[in-house]
Amino acid sequence: MDSLILVYLFFVLVLSIFLGFELISKVPATLHTPLMSGANAISGITIVGAIISAGTENGTVPTVLGTLAVIFATINVVGGYLVTDRMLGMFKKKAAPAPAK
Amino acid sequence: MHSILLINLTYIVSAVLFILGLKMLSSPATARKGNMLSAVGMLLAVIATLLTKGLHFQWILAGCVFGTVLGVMSARMVAMTAMPEMVALLNGSGGIASLFVGWAVYHEFPNSDILSAVTIYLSVLIGGVTFTGSVVAWAKLSEKISGKPILYGGQKIVNSLLLLVMLIGGVVYCMNPAANYPVFIGIVSLALILGILVVIPIGGADMPVVISLLNSYSGLAACAAGFVIKNNILIVAGSLVGASGLILTAIMCKAMNRSLQNVLFSGFGSVILKAGTGIQGEAKPITAQDTYYILESAQSVVFVPGYGLAVAQAQHVVRELGELLEKNGAEIRYAIHPVAGRMPGHMNVLLAEANVPYDQLVEMDSINPLMETIDVAIVIGANDVVNPAARHDKASPIYGMPIINVDKAKTVIVLKRSMATGFAGVQNELFFYDNTRMLFGDAKQSIQSLVSEFKST
Repeated sequence: MDSLILVYLFFVLVLSIFLGFELISKVPATLHTPLMSGANAISGITIVGAIISAGTENGTVPTVLGTLAVIFATINVVGGYLVTDRMLGMFKKKAAPAPAK
Repeated sequence: MHSILLINLTYIVSAVLFILGLKMLSSPATARKGNMLSAVGMLLAVIATLLTKGLHFQWILAGCVFGTVLGVMSARMVAMTAMPEMVALLNGSGGIASLFVGWAVYHEFPNSDILSAVTIYLSVLIGGVTFTGSVVAWAKLSEKISGKPILYGGQKIVNSLLLLVMLIGGVVYCMNPAANYPVFIGIVSLALILGILVVIPIGGADMPVVISLLNSYSGLAACAAGFVIKNNILIVAGSLVGASGLILTAIMCKAMNRSLQNVLFSGFGSVILKAGTGIQGEAKPITAQDTYYILESAQSVVFVPGYGLAVAQAQHVVRELGELLEKNGAEIRYAIHPVAGRMPGHMNVLLAEANVPYDQLVEMDSINPLMETIDVAIVIGANDVVNPAARHDKASPIYGMPIINVDKAKTVIVLKRSMATGFAGVQNELFFYDNTRMLFGDAKQSIQSLVSEFKST
């Protein structure tokens, strides 16, 4: 790998970490669980790498590994976003007339 | 347009959507929309990647379908009380995905240069540790294995040796990746073993910290995979998650007044620590009926839930009691300690599930100054987070930990099964205070009987 590319990727890394700190420190404690599961779904972005590995014909082993990666990354993405949505759907304000049970 | 250009421009859009999504999580009112935006960003990234030239789709499709089915099922079926376990498993699947990506790329480019080899090494290492660490955390949380810290003699030495071997293996492998496949496989195995070893010494009550940290690792694993395939979107998304996990870890540690190092290595709660001095006095039990009389005349009531609420599945009856008290003219609030439950925000989700409006959920720092004006504080399945010894008893292992000052309320009702100690293994002097009454029994049943007292009048 060209070391300049590495530096450039590192540059992006450092900036995003600072951005992450700024963004996350504004999330209220009430939402920390959905924050975790939602952030988790974002970390499923590995699916991009997984897709490329699973779809490139390079022999059996990389295809198997790539497919496994796709499976787990998809669980991460789909499960993460859905469960976060389910949780966030439960947070209601008082003013809204909650369905009386 | 050139497809590579289109793909990378789409990645920028995805990154923007991830960032906006996280930004909208700053308020419960916009959070759900934010999560959807973030999901759209992910979908765009996936679609763009599928445009890569020369891809064969059969295995991608198979993997996506299988993963989607599993993901949908688990997201639908998981109970809110089991959310920590769910998040642990999600962390783990993110980790193992990064491990597999790194491993696959090794096979695709066995003759890679040293820098690429280092990125693969990191991706496999972080991914592996995240995976097995998360599985152990899951097993502890779901009580498949004991939640007690597992300690043995020479643990630190073993772990340090393992790290050293890992480091040496890394150097050997990176110097000549193609010739050292066995070393690479050794690294994969060691990473998996390391993940187990670093989590087993951590006790169940410290799981909020562990989950947050593993959350951060799963982000870093994605970052490392991003370096492997030289892709910005992985690095941006991964580091957002990494930062998020780190912040939560820091919040959790602060709420327990312990350093991260202490949480990770001390095996807290493994020894029964002697509380400073013998606690004087006698706990005063109370019946449900007498509790009802106290509550009936209360103007302001604060519920303080802990992990016991989740265990007893009492969130729905608590909300019912809260509503009855409100009808009776009392002001209701739910005070939530940052480390209540098994993961950050666990209690908030449970109460939201039971239809408690989120404006009644208050944080420790906002309720403490008001505590003296509160008529009744009801402690449900919480112990260490309301132990006043944390404020004054220097000999107490929890000294210095910020607590919810329920003892300053006019009356404190503690719902508890028995006089057993909390996770820190400390007896709670709160139970012996003059303004404290103990309502013994299963939390759910106790609240239930309070509810029927209210309804029968």
